[in-house]
Amino acid sequence: MDKVMLSLQRNWPVVLMFVLMTIGAIGPLAFGMSSPGFYVEVLLGGLMSGVMYSLVALGFVLIFKASGVFNFAQGAMVLFAALAVARIAEVVPLPVAFVATIAIMAVLAWLIERLVLRHLVNQDAVVLLMATLGVTYFLDGFGQTIWGSDIYKIDTGLPKTPMMVLDTVFEGGILINTEDLVAAGIAALLVLALALFFQKTPTGRALRAVADDHQAAQSIGIPLNRIWVIVWTVAGFVALVAGVIWGSKLGVQFSLSLIALKALPVVILGGFTSVPGAIIGGLIIGVGEKFAEVFLGPIMVKQFDLAGGGIENWFAYVLALLFLLVRPEGLFGEKHIDRV
Amino acid sequence: MLYRENGQFKVSYAEDQQILPIVQDRWFMLALLAFAYLVMPAIASDYMFLSLVTPFLILAIAAIGLNILVGYCGQISLGTAAFMAVGAYAGYNLVIRVPALNFIVVLVLSGGIAALFGILFGIPSLRIKGLYLAVATLAAQFFVDWMFARVKWFTNYSSSGSVSTPTLEMFGWTMDTPVEKYLFVLSVAVVMTLAAKNLVRGHIGRSWMAIRDMDVAAEVIGIRPLYAKLSAFAVSSFYAGVAGALWGFIRLGAWEPLAFNINLSLNLLFMIIIGGMGSLLGSYFGAAFIVMLPILLNQVPGALGIEMSTALASHLEAMIFGSLIVFFLIVEPHGLARLWQIGKEKLRLWPFPH
Repeated sequence: MDKVMLSLQRNWPVVLMFVLMTIGAIGPLAFGMSSPGFYVEVLLGGLMSGVMYSLVALGFVLIFKASGVFNFAQGAMVLFAALAVARIAEVVPLPVAFVATIAIMAVLAWLIERLVLRHLVNQDAVVLLMATLGVTYFLDGFGQTIWGSDIYKIDTGLPKTPMMVLDTVFEGGILINTEDLVAAGIAALLVLALALFFQKTPTGRALRAVADDHQAAQSIGIPLNRIWVIVWTVAGFVALVAGVIWGSKLGVQFSLSLIALKALPVVILGGFTSVPGAIIGGLIIGVGEKFAEVFLGPIMVKQFDLAGGGIENWFAYVLALLFLLVRPEGLFGEKHIDRV
Repeated sequence: MLYRENGQFKVSYAEDQQILPIVQDRWFMLALLAFAYLVMPAIASDYMFLSLVTPFLILAIAAIGLNILVGYCGQISLGTAAFMAVGAYAGYNLVIRVPALNFIVVLVLSGGIAALFGILFGIPSLRIKGLYLAVATLAAQFFVDWMFARVKWFTNYSSSGSVSTPTLEMFGWTMDTPVEKYLFVLSVAVVMTLAAKNLVRGHIGRSWMAIRDMDVAAEVIGIRPLYAKLSAFAVSSFYAGVAGALWGFIRLGAWEPLAFNINLSLNLLFMIIIGGMGSLLGSYFGAAFIVMLPILLNQVPGALGIEMSTALASHLEAMIFGSLIVFFLIVEPHGLARLWQIGKEKLRLWPFPH
């Protein structure tokens, strides 16, 4: 009991934050702003987009863990992979295109390691960040040069018709997209597979060793360069999955590369180095954003006489920022100890 | 032979502390200023002033501001354009609502409002560091983008959300030709560069650098992180705000929401990385590089006689831009300012390298 009290005393801002978030989450229902059916629909919609954010955030976390590089190019990789799949799938069946794109992403990872990262070992984090920004510009231009810059479709063959469920429980039932459900399932599977890969395989162990300490890992004979290629390939694969899912939902177009910006608050909320953080952070951001847009937005528009809502553009960032104020290392980030 | 400090003795504290201790450097600086003030107006065309030199000077001011924050104080910011937007819209509202104000007063006030905004968004820097902070500053970017697009008061209830500025007048002087605008911006840039130089080599600048190099150690020797970090945010945002007001009034004249978007922020960050972090000169180099590169890239295909569609040209431009950035980072991660320094050092020893 003492232990609980002590940890409560120490962590009260975090507890407060969670209490506030819970109020935000159940508020609309409690204050009678929406019918239960609509509430659940918004909640599910938020969770679905949260899963998508998690997927993109996963790519960030993987690369940061293994190489300490904050990969701004993740969004560009999503776009590049989606464009590749969409254009290759015009000539061959989708699964073949998918496999071909995996190969392309592996080559890309190798090139990035060979041409960019290898030369920037031991540089400041900000220099590495800028280098990935350069890669972003390059990939955006390159992808659209070779694959074209129109809007393309990826047809996954899943039914896009909404499904009515639980119409016996709620009045009017709840509309769910089958495609969304499948996407969420795939994302969950991917996360599980990555967790297994990291925990159970020798390569995964090597990756974790590199994440822990570059020098120590190198001194026991882990080839750093090869590890980086592997981890960028894995991140490319994650980008590919995210690109296919987003692309089949929204169409493959340039704006796909901007969803990476949406995933950034997820990464800082969950912590740069935590895979579960990326997942849970994504869900929190997804739900929070939807709730803010649907329930908070109209109130703000009315109160402040705005020219329309759109608060979801910044809500995630401000949420993450406030959260970091009380807990600087994010949800599951490693606690940072300063030494002089 | 010519460039060395032999025989130049410093016999007073004032001489020891001057900004350019070597006489050749002083002559060079004087010549540069004389060129900028006297020769440029005579030789350059209106096009050069409007699309090259004036934007270069304005962006250099913003880059100095960002360099103070990132290069001197070590707080990475991805939201500089937001502070520029605050400056621009503050200037617009001041001019619209208080037409009697002198434009110089407007500039200072816009900078001040941007500085307050910067302090507000700098508060997280007391808790978060490094890349977390970089991402957190994006909150400022997106919030400001949204605020100026949606809150009608800021755009004076204009139906499209875009604003246009009146002609600038001060002391009975109407500023409407490109040359006059250039001279005004040049003067602002000179004054602000001098101010920045004195800030960074004084007490405040040293506390910023101490925080940058190791914040815990700086705290131990008695530097208060609260003051050091927030003053860096305030000064940096002041520069960004003034640059934003200049950009809005002089470069753009009329602008739409999202004129100050994240791409501008990233470009400013490129400027200080390519130019050199922690160097005022580097801010100028970087701004020149980023302003000129797209224009040069646009000229190349035409000069080689290659026809291409605008879409392809813009994609190629992005590719070349990206590769050049990576190339520069690999070849000289300390930026053009370091190259300049190396060159000067070589010149000082020439022709006897030992």
